[in-house]
Amino acid sequence: MKIAIASNGNTLESCIDSTFARCNFFVVYDPETRAMEFIPNPNKDLEEGAGSASVKLLESRSVQKIVASEFGMKIKPLLDSLKIQMIVVKGSKKTMKEIMVMLNH
Amino acid sequence: MPRVKTLRKVLNPPLIKGFKPYGPESGNLNQEPVNLLFEEYEALRLSDYDMLNHHQASVMMGVSRPTFTRIYASALQKIARAFVEGKQIAIEGGKVYFDSDWYQCAGCGCNFNNPEREKVIESCPLCGTRQIISHDFPDETNEENAKHWEYVCVCPQCGFEQEHQLGIPCNHQVCPKCTHKMKRKGTPGCKI
Repeated sequence: MKIAIASNGNTLESCIDSTFARCNFFVVYDPETRAMEFIPNPNKDLEEGAGSASVKLLESRSVQKIVASEFGMKIKPLLDSLKIQMIVVKGSKKTMKEIMVMLNH
Repeated sequence: MPRVKTLRKVLNPPLIKGFKPYGPESGNLNQEPVNLLFEEYEALRLSDYDMLNHHQASVMMGVSRPTFTRIYASALQKIARAFVEGKQIAIEGGKVYFDSDWYQCAGCGCNFNNPEREKVIESCPLCGTRQIISHDFPDETNEENAKHWEYVCVCPQCGFEQEHQLGIPCNHQVCPKCTHKMKRKGTPGCKI
């Protein structure tokens, strides 16, 4: 089970980013193997279609859950059809480390 | 400019992406698939698999009854074309959103949804506590549509009400008190 987290930096101390599609880095984390991967977001500066491009990127890594503090309007139907779960953490300044510890539960 | 289409609500995406014809001739036929939209699939499912009438199904999809009938007619037409011409059916596209439940976690305060209806969510996917609250955002427009048609016949003369019998138009019913023709409650013709 792989989980993607939208992060604003590439360290464990970086915070969760305010938007999903235009975040700085995606962290793909696997709680079973505790493996993590930081992927720089290539769609960061796209004018349009950043959401679907980011979903495609994460789908190609077979992510099943996405943690972000906000999702765009067009994301939900896309993720629902791919059966990816959305986890919305509103307005918090949790770091990657804290989220990973929570995901280990 | 034409008016923007309203979003159609689809409960679940279909299990499969489409259908392929088989048999010795199937290879020689035109490979161009017929594109069945998600909303057309949903219309077919609601009205022929779940056996709802067009009005009930239109409320489920969040569109008007005439729009639902149009979507349904287009679905039948496409399927018939695929059957007769031996074409593939690809189920994709359309102006839809998928319905999935939303939950809130009492432990960490996060919101999450359940993309798979078959599975029941018991614990928060983020922090793992079992204290979760289910949210179902009620769709106001759907309720308004539903209120518009009540299954009650009413007499415009004396206000007598009786339950509507399916299949019999209200204006075929006669009021037992004043022998006036009945009307459907909530329609423009009846004043009550």
